[in-house]
Amino acid sequence: MTSLPTESGDTKLGLVIDLDICVGCHACAVNCKEWNTSGHSAPLTDKDPYGADPTGVWFNRIHTFEVVQEAGDSRTVHFPKSCLHCEEAPCVTVCPTGASYKRAEDGIVLVNAEACIGCKLCSWACPYGAREYDEDAGVMKKCTLCVDKIYNENLPERSRVPACVSTCPAGARHFGDLGDPTSEVSLLVAARDGFELMPEQDCKPVNRYLPPRPKVSPDEATSAAPLIAANFDDGSAGLLARWVDRLLTR
Amino acid sequence: MHPAKSVILFTTASGAGYGLIAWFGLFGAFGLLPAELWMGLLGFGIGFGLIVLGLLSSTFHLGHPERAWRALSQWRSSWLSREGVAAVFTFLPAGLFALAWVLLGRNDGLAGLIGLLASLSCVVTVACTAMIYASLRTIRAWHSAWTLPIYLLMAALSGALLLQVFLSLWQVPLGRVFPWAILILFGLTLGAKLLYWRSLASEEGGSTAESATGLGDLGKVRLLEAPHSESNYLMQEMGFRIARRHAEKLRRIVLLAGFCAPALLILLALLMPGVPGVVATLIAVALFAAGLVVERWLFFAEAKHVVTLYYGESRA
Ligand code: SF4
Ligand code: SF4
Ligand code: SF4
Repeated sequence: MTSLPTESGDTKLGLVIDLDICVGCHACAVNCKEWNTSGHSAPLTDKDPYGADPTGVWFNRIHTFEVVQEAGDSRTVHFPKSCLHCEEAPCVTVCPTGASYKRAEDGIVLVNAEACIGCKLCSWACPYGAREYDEDAGVMKKCTLCVDKIYNENLPERSRVPACVSTCPAGARHFGDLGDPTSEVSLLVAARDGFELMPEQDCKPVNRYLPPRPKVSPDEATSAAPLIAANFDDGSAGLLARWVDRLLTR
Repeated sequence: MHPAKSVILFTTASGAGYGLIAWFGLFGAFGLLPAELWMGLLGFGIGFGLIVLGLLSSTFHLGHPERAWRALSQWRSSWLSREGVAAVFTFLPAGLFALAWVLLGRNDGLAGLIGLLASLSCVVTVACTAMIYASLRTIRAWHSAWTLPIYLLMAALSGALLLQVFLSLWQVPLGRVFPWAILILFGLTLGAKLLYWRSLASEEGGSTAESATGLGDLGKVRLLEAPHSESNYLMQEMGFRIARRHAEKLRRIVLLAGFCAPALLILLALLMPGVPGVVATLIAVALFAAGLVVERWLFFAEAKHVVTLYYGESRA
């Protein structure tokens, strides 16, 4: 059914991505590909992977933007983007077959590969470029919010988070219920003024982004005394070493 | 947007076919067309031929054509599904009307009523096609109040030109006044198209690289590094830019070949009855067909999708 669920529950699972912390290492994109190429929407086909013009299906891509500030100053912001599991998902309502659907119980937007005819209209309707067509399979694919991982009882509980979240070495990705105002992710969004992308498109995305923290000017910056030097304890070195040290220092 | 041949063929050919059958239904029902065997065979043959050609081409560009029937299920929310339902439904009254015309030699009375229903279904189907595009908020050039009227006018005009060929070949009296209607349609369509292009140029897109990233508060946003070194599906499907470079030239081709020249030829045909008139009408059809294809190609190729904001565009 491609009409949006009328009685959607309060649960809105999604991601919160911290643009202040992301270092643009692409680890989440790689682990997303790794997990999902054998998951719910597997495989994530690559075409010509070792040739001159490789292309392939990815659910998560990392863009890098430069933000030029007034004073001629600029900063680099790494910007991961995957499906935002929109509340008013246009990709779902345009689908003629019912293959695209939004789950009432947790808000995850999925594609049923058995029913998809590969008309690509959903990818035209998504403002965020979150849907990618698999030419080999002839069907549309997209981020599943790792639906096969977050509920997977074969995994230890701490591993039941999306692949991109568990792999991020910087801790820039958070997963949780954005429908619950008291959840950790909701509190984080409230504390850091998290925002939605392209609100003018009226898709009501669930995922939130946390803005980069204000830049500190060199004058204001304070730094602690170097820790490393303080940790040297020359006095505890051996007798020979101290003698050599004194000899060579002369 | 990538101007796929299949979609251009689908919208232009099926539009012309629906246009022709709509005129047949309308004028047949009002007794302005004789229910003549060969006119019926050729007219419905060409009309249905164009429709089927369009529908087949749109089906074969699917990843899974064998599942196309599933597209009839989501008419509650999806314009593409509605278009499918309307297209399938139209075959019923249009087919019955054609049978009555060809087999029974009737297009009046009950047959005429069925003909009117066929005309209405044709209009609804073309309107659904237009709404597939007009309903997409992601593409400003399509999410415009002009998309629906222009699709309807283009289909009416292509059908009317085809009809005029029949009118002049069979020397139906209607053929001496219908060209005036065609000229009015030319004027309306041309006006709509010009106003549409003007609105595209004057209105700014509401989405920017700043709103797409939410980083506008910090300053001006510009793409520094794309996610991957090579192209991807999104860029191939939605990042088509060639047309915008040649838009001016192509628009002039549409205006001259698609509108001015055929309109002049129709005027000429009015003054020259007989064979030269038929020839002029045929040339007008051919020129308009070429103009229509360029117009539709531009409709896709000029359209900019907001996803390009994540790939280096600053406004869409
Ligand atoms: S981000 Fe795109 S694909 Fe995901 S729910 Fe929103 S519109 Fe659909
Ligand atoms: S490509 Fe598949 S999922 Fe997308 S709109 Fe078409 S049928 Fe639905
Ligand atoms: S939630 Fe899963 S599918 Fe979605 S981007 Fe993260 S790893 Fe990929």
